[in-house]
Amino acid sequence: MTHAASAATPAEGSAGLLAIRHLRKEYRAGQPVLKDISLDIEGRGVTAIIGPSGTGKSTLIRCINRLVDPTSGEIWFEGRDLARLRGDALRLARRRIGMVFQEYNLVERLSVIENVLSGRLGYVPAWRAFLRRFPADDVARAFDLIDAVGLGEDFATRRADQLSGGQRQRVGIARAIMQSPGLILADEPTSSLDPKTSVEIMELMAQISRERSIPIVINIHNVELARRYAQRIIGMSRGEVVYDGSPDGLGDSHLKEIYGGEDWL
Amino acid sequence: MSAPAAPGRLRPPAFPANWPARLAWAGLVIYTIYATSVLDVTLARFIAGLGNAGHFLSRMFPPNMAPDKLALIYTGMVESLQIAVLATFAGVLLSLPLGLAAARNLAPVAVYGPARAFIAICRSFHPVIVAILFVKAVGFGALAGVLALIVATMGFVAKLFAEVVEEMNPKQVEAVRATAAPFLNVLIMAVFPQVMARFVGLTVYQFDSNLRNSTMVGIVGGGGIGAPLFTAYQRFDYDVVLTILIIIVALIMLCELVSGRVRRIFQ
Repeated sequence: MTHAASAATPAEGSAGLLAIRHLRKEYRAGQPVLKDISLDIEGRGVTAIIGPSGTGKSTLIRCINRLVDPTSGEIWFEGRDLARLRGDALRLARRRIGMVFQEYNLVERLSVIENVLSGRLGYVPAWRAFLRRFPADDVARAFDLIDAVGLGEDFATRRADQLSGGQRQRVGIARAIMQSPGLILADEPTSSLDPKTSVEIMELMAQISRERSIPIVINIHNVELARRYAQRIIGMSRGEVVYDGSPDGLGDSHLKEIYGGEDWL
Repeated sequence: MSAPAAPGRLRPPAFPANWPARLAWAGLVIYTIYATSVLDVTLARFIAGLGNAGHFLSRMFPPNMAPDKLALIYTGMVESLQIAVLATFAGVLLSLPLGLAAARNLAPVAVYGPARAFIAICRSFHPVIVAILFVKAVGFGALAGVLALIVATMGFVAKLFAEVVEEMNPKQVEAVRATAAPFLNVLIMAVFPQVMARFVGLTVYQFDSNLRNSTMVGIVGGGGIGAPLFTAYQRFDYDVVLTILIIIVALIMLCELVSGRVRRIFQ
């Protein structure tokens, strides 16, 4: 609490897009999953968060778009403290944050283009969603995006449950971009994919971040992929940040600290 | 206990006796015997009854196909069908919001509790009993039957629909919520696509059930084929009874065929 008071303005010392201050999350009282996390994320590039399972990576990312409510701390994004927002204000802020999931989380019985257009659900009224009367611009953009993520327009009317894992994740990425986000969060986007497809998906996300200047924060197990595609790596262990720097600076000693042990290195 | 595993050490039994289950089975058998003796359910009476049944069945043949009877039956059947269609339509329409309100993963406790209680009340009475209440309230005729079957439809469809909603994949809902979709849009694009096929299945099943029940509400004055059927029984016109029964069976089978098709369309 004393920390929170001293860091009331996130702007001090950072020009970043996202500023996390003293973030703490306890699912059960007294057992913090996140202990006093403070981070600044720049307005561009890929940031990878690495760390062992159960270390709070997922919780951290879900706190940012408030799928999980933080116990205390501040999350400044585009001039507002997300941790304090509720109701419609939270929803409007959330529109600017896209999310990509480990298991894609597409609505299986909807078509590819319906899933992509779901990215506009924060913008369109219910009657349009119900009648599938999305604005023509949105539909045109959805087609463009299906193309841009490498699926091709033939896929637009295929049902999501007919796609392979890699194809589904491409749809998931298109849905996130469809929101016109200022930030994309990706929670283990490659963990359910084979090695080759994982590389393709990481390549696609890096390309999107570059070409559309959308910063991406990615949770990832795979250290090699993180090194290859991220400009910045954040290492987490037991709810704390233990490394924060460039991929080149990440050495074996850091990995030992992050994952524990050294036999696997 | 039988095969020694290692000298001097007994292994635990692989299939330990479940005494509570044994007691429950024993209790069931004892109660069945007791109830049989109390209710005068005896084989002798059953055998004597078979003779009566044979006599009764023989008087049913041949079915009565007189034009005036057929006209009467036709009017009754059409009314039964209409009761079933109307009750299913209105009941299902009401079950949709009711089922959503009764789903624990969507509704807050303040909504969920009352919704569940209302559904439980709808379910607690047989349609014929509800029909008696409505006949008293709105008078004889099809309206009472329709209202009774609406109650039955809500009790069944809303309850099972709520369970379907509770079983849906929360990850798909979370993803749509993460796009900043307001509640209605989450319903439309994440919940409905997951549950609609099952909802249609429930509706079709309930229509079958309503059609069967709509032939019964007439017995207590709720309209439909029930009244002519009951009258025919009481006047010992068993040949007319048979005609009605045959037509009911044919109609139900026809609906079975149609409902199979409908279900496939919405897969």
